Amino acid sequence: MATSATIHAHAPQGFIRKYIFSLDHKVIGLQYYFLALVAVFVGMFLSLLMRIHMIWPTAVLPLVGEIKPETYLQLLTMHGTIMVFFVLTTAPQGGFGNYFLPIQIGAPDMAFPVLNMLSFWTTFVAFVVILAAFFVTGGAPLHGWTGYAPLSALTNSGPGEQLGADLWITSIAIFCIASLMGALNFITTTLDLRAKGMTMMRLPLTVWAWFVTAILGLLAFGVLLSAGILLLLDRNLGTSFYVPLVVVNGQIMGHKGGSPLLWQHLFWFFGHPEVYIAILPGMGVASQLLSTFSRKPIFGYKAMVYAIMAIGFLGFMVWGHHMFMSGMSPYTAFAFSLMTMAIGVPSAIKTFNWLGTIHGGRVRFQTPMLYAIGFVSLFVSGGLSGPFLAQPVLDIPLHDTAFVVGHFHLIMGVAAIFGMFAGTYYWFPKMFGRMMNETWGRVHFVITLVGTYCIFMPMHYLGMAGQPRRYSQFTELAYLQHLMPLNRFMTYAAIVTIAAQFIFVLNLFWSMFKGPKATDNPWEATTLEWTTATPPPHDNFGGYTPVVNHGPYEYSVPGAPRDYVMQTDPATVASH
Amino acid sequence: MATLSSPVTIDVPKTGQGGGGVRPPAYGGGGDGRGDGSPDYGARLRRLRLGLAIGLTSVTMIFVSLTSAYVVRRGLPTLDERTNTYVRDWIPVDLPITLLLINTALLLVSSIAAELARRQITRQAALAPIRSIPGVSLGEGKGFPWLGVTVVLGCGFLVGQWMAWRELADRGFYLATSASSSFVYLLTATHAVHLIGGILVLLYAAAVSLLHTPVEARRVVVDVTAWYWHFMFLLWLYIFGLLWFVR
Repeated sequence: MATSATIHAHAPQGFIRKYIFSLDHKVIGLQYYFLALVAVFVGMFLSLLMRIHMIWPTAVLPLVGEIKPETYLQLLTMHGTIMVFFVLTTAPQGGFGNYFLPIQIGAPDMAFPVLNMLSFWTTFVAFVVILAAFFVTGGAPLHGWTGYAPLSALTNSGPGEQLGADLWITSIAIFCIASLMGALNFITTTLDLRAKGMTMMRLPLTVWAWFVTAILGLLAFGVLLSAGILLLLDRNLGTSFYVPLVVVNGQIMGHKGGSPLLWQHLFWFFGHPEVYIAILPGMGVASQLLSTFSRKPIFGYKAMVYAIMAIGFLGFMVWGHHMFMSGMSPYTAFAFSLMTMAIGVPSAIKTFNWLGTIHGGRVRFQTPMLYAIGFVSLFVSGGLSGPFLAQPVLDIPLHDTAFVVGHFHLIMGVAAIFGMFAGTYYWFPKMFGRMMNETWGRVHFVITLVGTYCIFMPMHYLGMAGQPRRYSQFTELAYLQHLMPLNRFMTYAAIVTIAAQFIFVLNLFWSMFKGPKATDNPWEATTLEWTTATPPPHDNFGGYTPVVNHGPYEYSVPGAPRDYVMQTDPATVASH
Repeated sequence: MATLSSPVTIDVPKTGQGGGGVRPPAYGGGGDGRGDGSPDYGARLRRLRLGLAIGLTSVTMIFVSLTSAYVVRRGLPTLDERTNTYVRDWIPVDLPITLLLINTALLLVSSIAAELARRQITRQAALAPIRSIPGVSLGEGKGFPWLGVTVVLGCGFLVGQWMAWRELADRGFYLATSASSSFVYLLTATHAVHLIGGILVLLYAAAVSLLHTPVEARRVVVDVTAWYWHFMFLLWLYIFGLLWFVR
């Protein structure tokens, strides 16, 4: 296998080697980023259709016509799957992680560039396969992104459960393989390719977040892959891992003795760490930006590192809290409940450290900083409903209501997306050599922040009032009539918020070509990516390997000649 | 437009393009280069071994999850539709034990051959700098083709596993016959897929040896594949033990 020595010596010249099958982690990072950008618009379009259907159930919509109940479930399934896998897992880790992890540790490339290229193209194939599910006979599957058996394990359980569901599970299996390759590369790179002086406790918190995320991916995706293979066998080769004796449309199926709960255990053993795979990189970006734009060292660096580790570790201990409704023993539920609430401790450490970082700082309210603050806001708002759902006695009435939808959209959906926006506005100058438009960035921020709160906060009321999730139609239910104005308000908010995303896309592509030229270090930040040229040369540092003398967040150091000390500055700049 | 505060200049040369040139050239942590243009095989070996250990962690997780599913499924009662009662439907699979023991022996010898190949090429790599001195001859030193033995025995193991599947089918155990037979096929197939991956890498190592790549480069591939191969043997022992003792 080619390792970085053979790769970074000369930049490839041909278009295909340079931009398509590139081994350069920066190009691969951008490929991941743009794949996720396409995916997020597909996912967003599906959510728009769902929200429109909720308030105008008989409307005939462009492209899809009238949405039948099963169509609604297909939209829901594909929205969830595309967003979780191809956006929340792809952009923060595959995109920003690929681009900036090697530069931030002072390496010329990833440890295994060929593997890196393979993992992107495998992800791409997975994306094509899942999109194909829309176009086959029966259409996309309708078993939700969690794919609960036996609905997902029988080929005659509904429209979309034939070839569409096979494509769905195949896509996820391919995605698992891609993610395992990526995780292997991230971990090896972080452990083995750090520049001289870049000790683990001098790593930027972004790198810590990507590193721990990779470990979570390494341990979780293998389990989902196994679970997916069992599901494919049940669907196509007549085994009974997940399917008990079951009667569909009066017909006894050939399966016997399988356990639907086995799927739930395996799925959620992956599924809960997946939540942290989505959010941890956002936490890393938020930490980096809050320190940089407050011109203060991060409050409690070591505590932040240990909190990331603790969140990663506890993330594997709590999968049962997704299954309180499955009839598990109250003793088991109690253990899962306790572990889940324990995650509140490292989460609170992080939150208070973020606030401590801003407190008393000379805060520069530029767009990346606004998004970092927005991240903290959404993390707190979405996180506070976590301890509610962690308790079986509360989860039982709230489970399968809009309350849960509001909770996880705020914390792992929108907060993670805010992490990506923050990363985009922050690193755009380094990636493309130009600045994004600040005014339009602020407009985008305000509409998106207010808009997402307007969409997802009311869901908590809806859930507590008993509005179920996954139902396609509420207009006929008398007990939900008084909630329809709220539902309409949320749909209008969704339309406005989605429209505002075009501001972002226009700003992104306009600035790429027309934005003002960026200097090498426009934010006056300290980490290694700001020591090199903009955009970075093929081997990241133009033939030199940086030597690190400082921690990542040395801002406003007394006695230093300027208010920030770069990691590569001589050790004597601020020895005290 | 971002508000840029005026840059503060301090006389610290930056690294990267246009740097002051006082930085030492690349060394160590960065690439494989030792600075003199020759690849650092030691660093490459260390990196690949690390990568292998991490990759095997995810392989382990796959088998941990399959084992969990095995244990859970084995303990579950099934509803019998005729009597409307819960019954135990786990049928112990009648494994072709002699054949599987022969296969195990094949894989063990294959693993030993892989280790001998690894040690052989490690010696050759250590002597390579001496061999490159003009006028120094250490003989041909090709040695016994242990790598070939590994591949042949590995393929023998796979053929043996295939024969075991045929034998199982003859005894009436197909993939969907019962949960226990499903797991036998699933675990052996998953192991076989991983072993085929190892064989492909060994064939790659054999192919590059024909292309006169430096022995140090081949050594890296052989070393890592040999460790992978040992892991595959231990994994097979584990699977065999599970299928036999927990039948």
